Amino acid sequence: MKLTLRSMVSMAALGAAMAACSPAAEQGSETPPSRAGLAPGLFDAGTAIWNLELTASVPPPDGFFDLETVMIPLSLPAEAEGDEVTDDEGTGETTNVEDGPADEDGADEEDGGPGLLSFANSDLAFTGDRVIMGGFHGFNVYDAANPDDPAHILSVVCPGGQGDVSVHGDLVFFSTEQNRGRLDCGNGGVEGDSSPERFLGVRIFDISDLGAPRQVAAVQTCRGSHTHTLVPHPIDEDIAYIYVQGTSSPRPDSELAGCSGGEPDENPETALYSIDVIEVPLNSPEQAAIVSRPRIFTDYETGEIAGLWAGGALEDGGQTAASTVACHDITVYPEMGLAGGACGGNGILLDITDPVNPRRISDLADPNMAYWHSATFSNDASKVLFTDEWGGGLGARCRAEDPENWGANLIADIVDGEMELRGYFKIPGEQSDIENCVAHNGSLIPVPGRDIMVQGWYSGGLSIIDFTDSENPFEIAFFDRGPLGPDALRVGGYWAAYWHNGRVWAPEIARGLDVFRLQASGLLTANEVAAAELIRFDEANTQTQLHITWPDEPVVAHAYLDQLARSGALDETGLATVRRAIEGWDAGETDATSLAAAAELLAAATDPQAPADAHRMAELGAMLMRTR
Amino acid sequence: MCKSVTIIAIGLGLAAAPLALASPPIFQPGAPGGAARTLTPEQSIEMAQTGHSAADARFMQHMIVHHGQAVAMGELIADRTTNAEIALMGERIARSQASEIEMMRAWLEHRGLSTRMSHDTDMPGSMPEHGSHALASGMNHASHDAPSNTPVMPGMLSPAQMAQLEAARGTDFDSLYLTGMIHHHQGAINMVTALLAGSGNGMDPQLSEFLSAVIADQAAEISRMRGLLADL
Repeated sequence: MKLTLRSMVSMAALGAAMAACSPAAEQGSETPPSRAGLAPGLFDAGTAIWNLELTASVPPPDGFFDLETVMIPLSLPAEAEGDEVTDDEGTGETTNVEDGPADEDGADEEDGGPGLLSFANSDLAFTGDRVIMGGFHGFNVYDAANPDDPAHILSVVCPGGQGDVSVHGDLVFFSTEQNRGRLDCGNGGVEGDSSPERFLGVRIFDISDLGAPRQVAAVQTCRGSHTHTLVPHPIDEDIAYIYVQGTSSPRPDSELAGCSGGEPDENPETALYSIDVIEVPLNSPEQAAIVSRPRIFTDYETGEIAGLWAGGALEDGGQTAASTVACHDITVYPEMGLAGGACGGNGILLDITDPVNPRRISDLADPNMAYWHSATFSNDASKVLFTDEWGGGLGARCRAEDPENWGANLIADIVDGEMELRGYFKIPGEQSDIENCVAHNGSLIPVPGRDIMVQGWYSGGLSIIDFTDSENPFEIAFFDRGPLGPDALRVGGYWAAYWHNGRVWAPEIARGLDVFRLQASGLLTANEVAAAELIRFDEANTQTQLHITWPDEPVVAHAYLDQLARSGALDETGLATVRRAIEGWDAGETDATSLAAAAELLAAATDPQAPADAHRMAELGAMLMRTR
Repeated sequence: MCKSVTIIAIGLGLAAAPLALASPPIFQPGAPGGAARTLTPEQSIEMAQTGHSAADARFMQHMIVHHGQAVAMGELIADRTTNAEIALMGERIARSQASEIEMMRAWLEHRGLSTRMSHDTDMPGSMPEHGSHALASGMNHASHDAPSNTPVMPGMLSPAQMAQLEAARGTDFDSLYLTGMIHHHQGAINMVTALLAGSGNGMDPQLSEFLSAVIADQAAEISRMRGLLADL
């Protein structure tokens, strides 16, 4: 293994940091610190951390980072300079337009350097020891055999954004949506409005040979690919499907046959109001092709294609919701035959037992939701959590003055196949007006007996919540940094935060890849953390949700018992009895009688009015009986 | 305490980056089925140098003026209608277009370009003979000239239409506002479509995102406003 100077310095310094941390490794607390007023900085911003430990920060690799680009302000402070567009009296008077020389842009092409977002990191995918981080410039592969010291091993340049990424075996699936996207991953853009050189859609790369990655397929779609979701075939392991969520405006038929836009009453063939389903023969991925374009927003009674929310506020004073012409993202849960679609003006539930022909079974609109953005199911699929990307992710939406249920998570219970609103969660309004912040991508943390999720909030940092009680979600851990720089909003922060194989992995738009470990606290015990860290998946794509099954291990039993102690569902005597039985099992002295007695005690104490505790008691009791 | 140590460590790691002796390979794939080539980090950075066309810059300069009229129209709402839905819609449109104006100004300034609309452009419908005075009156009903019937650019209301809107009240205002804003939004969509029809335009990633957003947001608002208009 060849060490670069950079990685040696990083590792040595990291070692020092960890050594400095360990003696002081404080017990987590139940009271969160403030995250207001954190100092700005690119790699030296102020931080606030609660019940987490930052174990690694891998800066963006060479070729994927440009200081000047990262520091481009998104917008100028309103009071800047004398060329205001509108005056202060509100008359709409233009004051900036004067006679003057023509602009200096006489040349046909200007080389202004990379633009904002050119190197933004986006989503993650996991396979074996590898972590793949997508982005607007391509993707990077890390060897994470040591998760607390990931090593960058490969870069693939393929500009075109947003670089949503999935992996299956040696195949990497990669979303492209921008106008500049080229079939050959090249630069220089594309001539004209119709060109065979332009590529918008899903690319497939083969990275089996790390020394020669290849683009093996590129499936063009009418509206590009903002995100995509890998969907396994129900029985055939040699076939995978990809749901493509395209949100760009439809391309003309002259560029891609069969594409057209417009409303369905004027153009029933419109590429709006659908998703694309690609079938990938995994042994010959170059033959990947679109096999269906399901109209999942159809009003099934009237047959109207545009059957869901047309846009606008649901009630007076409510949020202005997007119209449902496309899904922004879809999370499939194949083991449940379900998918959660976050589709602009609606959250929808799909039956995907026939993956080529998904069918909507429930839909929600909500007066607090502007843009339904992503979905995460609870492990038992009794709940679904949607994020609302109010403002598109570039705006400061977590300030004290922003409504607390706007740009938040919405949590619904799934009752007899129908979604029913239960609650919202948003991080406290402590972010400044130069930090882009809104709810964004996340995944479950596999703590048995609880519904816990970690997610990114862009420059609002990352946050971990418990939504076991869907009406009363609450935060149990977070990490936050100050803005990228002073005075103006620059686009940064966590695109996502995902749990995978014992760590939280968080792609930072500007700063690279961060890795965290959970720290035990009164809100999450060491047993609960250890039980979560037991869960391992060889391959994971967060929007292809995997069912979690906990092994029969004493630490899992202890985690359930800690929860029963926390809620007060068992009295001291009951807790002591069950604890002794688990400790005996843990010590290898399995005592059938005491295990059975503990299981019996749990059954007797079960209160159906307290479903979370009833579930914990049932799971724990069953586990004790199995190990008896 | 330990956090600050970690941060220093990260800082050192970055500072050392330019001295890196060897880095993992950077590949640029070819078209599907083709072979990849390797790039240096500098070549990789150059791959993101999308730049912008002169038409892109003109588009942003014009769109600032175009959006400015939506803000001005929104400011007329307060005293002239009792229709809460229209008031809310207008406020949101004005607010979002105002923030997009800030974004467009920043985009232009970052590239060292003027945020002002030039008047000798080939933008269809622009009126070089009137210079900036005509442009201002397109926005500004306080002009001393009789309001012109010619808009500053297609998809904007003419000064005469702005004066008519300013004078209207109640349902008359609602109808004029909605009709005007639908026309205005359609104008923005047409500007995007015209830009993208030209060679080499709209390649900058931020501009590309913005163009998509203009089409998606304004098309949605148009269909919403058509509904409100039908309900009047």
